[in-house]
Amino acid sequence: MPLISVRDLAIRFRTDEGLITAVEDVSFDIAPGEVLGLVGESGSGKSVTAKSLMRLNGDNTVYGDTSKITLDAGNGPIDVLALRRERDMEQVRGGSVSMIFQEPMASFAPAITVGEQMVEQLLIHTDMTKAQAKAHAIDMLARVGIPAPDKRFDQFAFEFSGGMRQRAMIAMALSTSPKLLIADEPTTALDVTIQAQVIDLMKDLVTEFGMGILFITHDLGVIAQTADRVAVMYLGRIVETGTVRQVIRDPRHPYTRGLIDALPKLEDLDAPLTPVPGDIPSPLNRPAGCVFHTRCGIARAGHCNRVVPEMRSTGEGHAVACHYAPGLPAAEEPA
Amino acid sequence: MNRDTLIEAKNLSVRYPLGRSMFGAKAFLNAVDNVSLSIRKGSFFGLVGESGSGKTTLGRALLKAAPISEGEVTYHDGEKGFDLNGLKGAALKDYRKRAQLIFQDPYAALSPRMTVRDIIAEPLEVMGITRNRAETDARVREIAAKCRLNLEHLRRFPHAFSGGQRQRISIARALVSGPRFIVADESVAALDVSIQADVLNLLKQIQKDMGIGFLFISHDLSVVAHVCDEVAVLYLGQIVETAPTRQLFARPRHPYTSALLSAIPALDPDAPKTAEKLEGEIPSPANPPPGCKFHTRCRFARAECKTTVPALREIAPGHRAACHFAEEFDFTRSAAASA
Repeated sequence: MPLISVRDLAIRFRTDEGLITAVEDVSFDIAPGEVLGLVGESGSGKSVTAKSLMRLNGDNTVYGDTSKITLDAGNGPIDVLALRRERDMEQVRGGSVSMIFQEPMASFAPAITVGEQMVEQLLIHTDMTKAQAKAHAIDMLARVGIPAPDKRFDQFAFEFSGGMRQRAMIAMALSTSPKLLIADEPTTALDVTIQAQVIDLMKDLVTEFGMGILFITHDLGVIAQTADRVAVMYLGRIVETGTVRQVIRDPRHPYTRGLIDALPKLEDLDAPLTPVPGDIPSPLNRPAGCVFHTRCGIARAGHCNRVVPEMRSTGEGHAVACHYAPGLPAAEEPA
Repeated sequence: MNRDTLIEAKNLSVRYPLGRSMFGAKAFLNAVDNVSLSIRKGSFFGLVGESGSGKTTLGRALLKAAPISEGEVTYHDGEKGFDLNGLKGAALKDYRKRAQLIFQDPYAALSPRMTVRDIIAEPLEVMGITRNRAETDARVREIAAKCRLNLEHLRRFPHAFSGGQRQRISIARALVSGPRFIVADESVAALDVSIQADVLNLLKQIQKDMGIGFLFISHDLSVVAHVCDEVAVLYLGQIVETAPTRQLFARPRHPYTSALLSAIPALDPDAPKTAEKLEGEIPSPANPPPGCKFHTRCRFARAECKTTVPALREIAPGHRAACHFAEEFDFTRSAAASA
């Protein structure tokens, strides 16, 4: 039984310019103790997908009729999209599901000490007394490697350095022992040396707490070092999914291939940098057929610009949404 | 100054006052501390380091956009030369035409109320480079074409463009006054990977076609490795190592460079784990450690590192490093695992 199961997720936003599709036809599962990496560029719908798991998208959000998100954290399955009252949503916010954001400074209230914020959520989500909550919060700060945690407990977020703030946020997110952790670009704002420390810390914590992680990033190197499985998103759709080794060593979708080719690699300084041609289209103007056909080198007119490719399996757990994926029989062209 | 040299800094320091200490002595923050470097004409010089290392301040000082507290900066492009100390008035304006800056964030750098044509034309009008509108338009079109922007693009406003296109507009604006030296400060950091390669290729094309010298500031070592001819690694305002790119990446002579290299996440999920990671964070530049500034995070540090400042010296031809043990230790063993 997966920890979280997402089926046919479609997310649209009501705007002045009409209904905008941000996510379409997205399905994935995360098992306990598993790290799923969600890769994609800006505008691909990664963050919107992640926020829907905690119902954090705004009031103008419209979910698809057949979309279903089921969370099973041990107390029976919860139909996340069916939650109506704010009070019910507390089950999926901060209790069994926690989130780490990209910008740690924006995630702490500036005028309340870090300790107070940690205690507050423990009082909401657990039966701890205030004294127990404080002891637990200090213990968590120590666990993520913050020196002098009892002093840091009484400080404000601005008194922390960038790396320390990110650690404190991880400590806060983990203090309620969530079953599922959503990490949205948790290392993007950090220097490489600090990024390496945070990645190590997160890996240790997965082993220790056995939680499932949805790890969102645009950095394939970070994914390679953290994730068990990967889903690659483009313009709101998953175009390829598989184990981290399948996707990185044997990418089948032209977009995944393009992302890997565009990366400057230290081991081959003579390799030319090959950009993916063109720009990501505006969500107001989604291409018909395959969403990637406007930038694709192998797209065929009359087919790719008309028919949405189905997810097809290329082997154990590896699937790709492309009519002409290498190693698969070409999909039949429409008459 | 060597004839190939475009811009040269000698013992350059940029200091900012921090107010007074308890006993009335003035305290300073050394954002750039005694840096010497020279950039050859038409070359790509990379500057790397963590946030707070002084990369941006150094770049600005070379543009005379940050105060030079000590040291000398001289510029000579073969036609004109400038001594940046005391440069002002007409001469400074003249230098501005020849030394330009490309910013990091293409969303913040372009005025939303100006058309792309006006954005690119503004430096020409402000600097009085062109005499009339026809001349301005011709120049704008020429530069826009170099940056792969068409006439249709010139009529639009920046909001209609994606990040990569905006960065091409910023580049066109920097190029329009005919500079010989450009500081590109994290110019691809805000871009998606698929677009980043496109902008990097454009910058390299410009370097080749127009012979412009670049100071390329970046925190991303793999990008620097691909585009730069030479690299300097900055730590707390000081150069700890500088060398031709390949030499630096193949055999780092400073433990900080080696640690930076090993911290880059490898694309291979089965890459052997690097022996040791850098602990802790960069110390505050307002209160740097004595001796070697890196000793608080260095796993090779010994007693003398805490007291004696290591000199930046030549270890191999063109390869300088500031570590007491640069000749003695091989720091690459940990770096090799990730490379």
